[in-house]
Amino acid sequence: MNPFSSGTRLRDMIRAIRACKTAAEERAVVRKECAAIRAAINENDQDYRHRNLAKLMFIHMLGYPTHFGQMECLKLIASTGFPEKRIGYLGLMLLLDERQEVLMLVTNSLKQDLNHSNQYIVGLALCALGNISSAEMARDLAPDVERLLQFRDPNIRKKAALCSIRIIKKVPDLAENFMHPASSLLKEKHHGVLITGVQLCTDLCKVSSEALEYFRENCIEGLVKTLRDIANSPYSPEYDIAGITDPFLHIRLLKLLRILGQGDAGASDCMTDILAQVASRTESNKNAGNAILYECVETIMSIEDNGGLRVLAINILGRFLSNRDNNIRYVGLNMLMKAIMVDAKAVQRHRATILECVKDSDASIQKRALELVYLLVNESNVKPLTKELIEYLEVSNQEFKGDITAKICSLVEKFSPAKIWYIDQMLKVLSEAGNFVKDEVWHALIIVISNASDLHGYTVRALYRVFQASTEQESLVRVAVWCVGEYGDMLVNNVGMLDIEEPITVTESDAVDAMEVAIKCQRLGLTTKAMALIALFKLSSRFPSCSERIKDIIVQNKRSLVLELQQRSIEFSCILQKHHNIRSALVERMPILDEATFTGRKAGSLPTAVSASSIIPCNLPNGIAKPAAAPIGDLLDLSSDDAPPAPVSSGGDFLQDLLGVDLSPASAPSGTSQSPKTGTDVLLDLLSIGTLPPVQSSSSAIDILSSSHDNKAPVANLNGLASHSSLSANATSPASSAGMMDLLNGTGAITQKHEENGPAYPSLVAYESSTLRMTFNFSKQPGNPQTTFIQATFTNLSPNVYNGFLFQAAVPKFLQLHLDPASSNTLPASGNGSITQCLKVTNTQHGKIIRSSIDWKLVGDQSHYPSIILVVFEYFG
Amino acid sequence: MIHFVLLISRQGKVRLTKWYSPYSQKERTKVIRELSGLILTRGPKLCNFVEWRGLRVVYKRYASLYFCMCIDEDDNELEILEIIHHYVEVLDRYFGSVCELDLIYNFHKAYFILDELLIAGELQEPSKRTVARLVAAQDSLVETAKEQTSSITNIIAQVANTASL
Repeated sequence: MNPFSSGTRLRDMIRAIRACKTAAEERAVVRKECAAIRAAINENDQDYRHRNLAKLMFIHMLGYPTHFGQMECLKLIASTGFPEKRIGYLGLMLLLDERQEVLMLVTNSLKQDLNHSNQYIVGLALCALGNISSAEMARDLAPDVERLLQFRDPNIRKKAALCSIRIIKKVPDLAENFMHPASSLLKEKHHGVLITGVQLCTDLCKVSSEALEYFRENCIEGLVKTLRDIANSPYSPEYDIAGITDPFLHIRLLKLLRILGQGDAGASDCMTDILAQVASRTESNKNAGNAILYECVETIMSIEDNGGLRVLAINILGRFLSNRDNNIRYVGLNMLMKAIMVDAKAVQRHRATILECVKDSDASIQKRALELVYLLVNESNVKPLTKELIEYLEVSNQEFKGDITAKICSLVEKFSPAKIWYIDQMLKVLSEAGNFVKDEVWHALIIVISNASDLHGYTVRALYRVFQASTEQESLVRVAVWCVGEYGDMLVNNVGMLDIEEPITVTESDAVDAMEVAIKCQRLGLTTKAMALIALFKLSSRFPSCSERIKDIIVQNKRSLVLELQQRSIEFSCILQKHHNIRSALVERMPILDEATFTGRKAGSLPTAVSASSIIPCNLPNGIAKPAAAPIGDLLDLSSDDAPPAPVSSGGDFLQDLLGVDLSPASAPSGTSQSPKTGTDVLLDLLSIGTLPPVQSSSSAIDILSSSHDNKAPVANLNGLASHSSLSANATSPASSAGMMDLLNGTGAITQKHEENGPAYPSLVAYESSTLRMTFNFSKQPGNPQTTFIQATFTNLSPNVYNGFLFQAAVPKFLQLHLDPASSNTLPASGNGSITQCLKVTNTQHGKIIRSSIDWKLVGDQSHYPSIILVVFEYFG
Repeated sequence: MIHFVLLISRQGKVRLTKWYSPYSQKERTKVIRELSGLILTRGPKLCNFVEWRGLRVVYKRYASLYFCMCIDEDDNELEILEIIHHYVEVLDRYFGSVCELDLIYNFHKAYFILDELLIAGELQEPSKRTVARLVAAQDSLVETAKEQTSSITNIIAQVANTASL
């Protein structure tokens, strides 16, 4: 066209892009075009500005950056010709959105165009304003739009009406200015204006109660009349869709009537006749008719009560549900969700159909139906509905299983009529979809089982049966393993047989087999295996005949690469080999878990693990420290562990805690037979008997300790881990732990309490004996109260030089420890020098820790030079 | 209200996007990617609604193109299907049995028609004839303007030629 111009036409560019075979080729073409367009922009080329912008829009749709073209839009809008403006506005709407500041620059052009003599240009400006106006623009241009609501051409009036909707949504204060012009639009004959006018009134009602009142008083009759006219109008080809005149107008009128009738009996009364007419006379064989019926039903449900109309509406929904068209069924379900609030009984009538919809092949419908079923369940129908859902669970596809499992579990928990039913249903769910079940769910199941003492035998047998059938579902395996560990004897002896049960014969070795399967199965996770180890350990005392085999299985795991399993297996085999006297007490059944604490905990009423576990255990007269609420707190710790590094390890802690719960009361008998010895030991920690006043260290502990001398670092680490995790699980009051330290070491452990935000931190002699002194200096950086710097100074008081001196520390999980290298590893004799080492302890817990205490333990025989010092820090909140 | 309109081809190529609610460029790309994954994989006999981020997406397939509109939860899904069909019919009338290629090469026309149909995410005109008439009137305005410019450029070119001679 222009002989002096360069560049390709829009059509040619699109063709070139479409001809590209690879993404790289396409990028090259686009890059070339963009370069040409940028050059044209720089030269301020006017003739091809609109063509360039059109190209940019196409490039934009392909997903390339086009921000450099934004100013071109403004220039085109500011030019005089219609073609330029048309492309300019299109580019504006496509390339920019209301949050870009460039948009403000266009306000002035818009204002001019809104007052332009060419009505098509006015239309362009209104369209752009309606689509991307920001609040500021809306405020600036509202008077012009308001004026245009009375423009002579109806096509401008309708655009102005929709533009007003955007304006009042952005600036609700402006609503009252639009109230009167909007109500005059309702009297229009032109469908476009009428439809947009009704829409404007609807949105006005949403943002302003004043407008709602105004329309209620002045417009209801007019609207009812308009709806009647349109519903009864003869065939008009211009607006006809599937034999209905202007369904869009129908729907909008019904929507506005709904808003006006809601909460106003008088207004609702005015519209009942026409609603009844629309509901009964509208053809329902085409989508358009159903769209109207759908809207009409919603209006009937929302306006003030009219029994007859509601029956009509629910019947329409019933028809929707049995429709073959998926869309219709979907909206039917959707509407029933709303209807259930109004008339639950009527919805219950359609229960069977709704259940069918849960099994639909369409995910959207399934989801809707499932949610509806969930709302429909109550005490009286929970049994059949759960049965249906569980049956469906078996055949449902994988993506849906998670949803449906969660819903079933929550229903069963909420409405369960009896414990046995709850357990039965949960077993079914677990065996179908155990892998989709959240941890809380199977924890809750264990608690329920533990509380149902008359069902222990029944449950363990049922679990054993399903476990035998399949080990695919991990959470089922976990519950089964736990139950076999706890109630294994009931499994073998058929204790507490119920009438409905079929007797089964399980020998002791069968039960052990099952546990072995769980430990050896590759598919199962660490938590499950660790649970199975504990179960075996427990069975060792329940089934004396199998104890040799159990020992073998446990020993096999001594070489496990997984620290958790290795540690457990070493500890357990130690107990099995050397502590027959305490073993049976160690592996006693768990005390009944407190349901109330659990549910309270789940609801978040107990804020942190610390608060639950720091309840000081009460000392019973016979010297057995019975942890009252603390173990349950520990057990529950898994659900709200504050900073679990990985799910697996938190599961491990759970087990540790579980074990701790069991073991702590059991350690008392041995305490009477053993005399206190110096040196704390792993076993003590394992047993969590920090609360016992007379504490002993048993021979096995010495064994472990001596082995730690042989190969120092790794085992010592293991020890550290053991004591650390059990200490974090076990809560002792500072005072009682100090008492224990005194007994253990005879050297005086110091428990230092200090206010966290106290001004000074006195230094502290953490340990002093005839051979070694350890001093701690504390400091904190201002503005960083979480972090405590500790400088440890070690002085050798003995006449021998300490070589290879190593200091180690362990902290609970919510603390972070950073250990700087020591100044030396040789400690000169007779106090002639010292080693210093810095530690940085950071408290990651957000809660306030008011006081802190330090427990420390010395590992090693003091008659030799101490090679390792193990310090455990514990903070109490 | 309609939050956005998307036209996606069966291959996942975007043919038209119109945003009535503010979405940043990044969000737009993400929305398109997410929705094409969701919609293009759905079977032919399933319902035309997809629940997505607390909103509903109503889509309908015409030949190789998916027309998608995203609406609020309490909007009338069936009506949106009618609006989509309404748009398709207007396109069909305008292009004369419209196909995907028409919409690729004349994408701006598709936008112009949509702008006569929807503003601020609401329907503005229930009559197909009125929409067609308005678009045609504006097209002819563009044509007239073009002719004028070309005649003026012709004159200038001629003048320039004679001057150089």
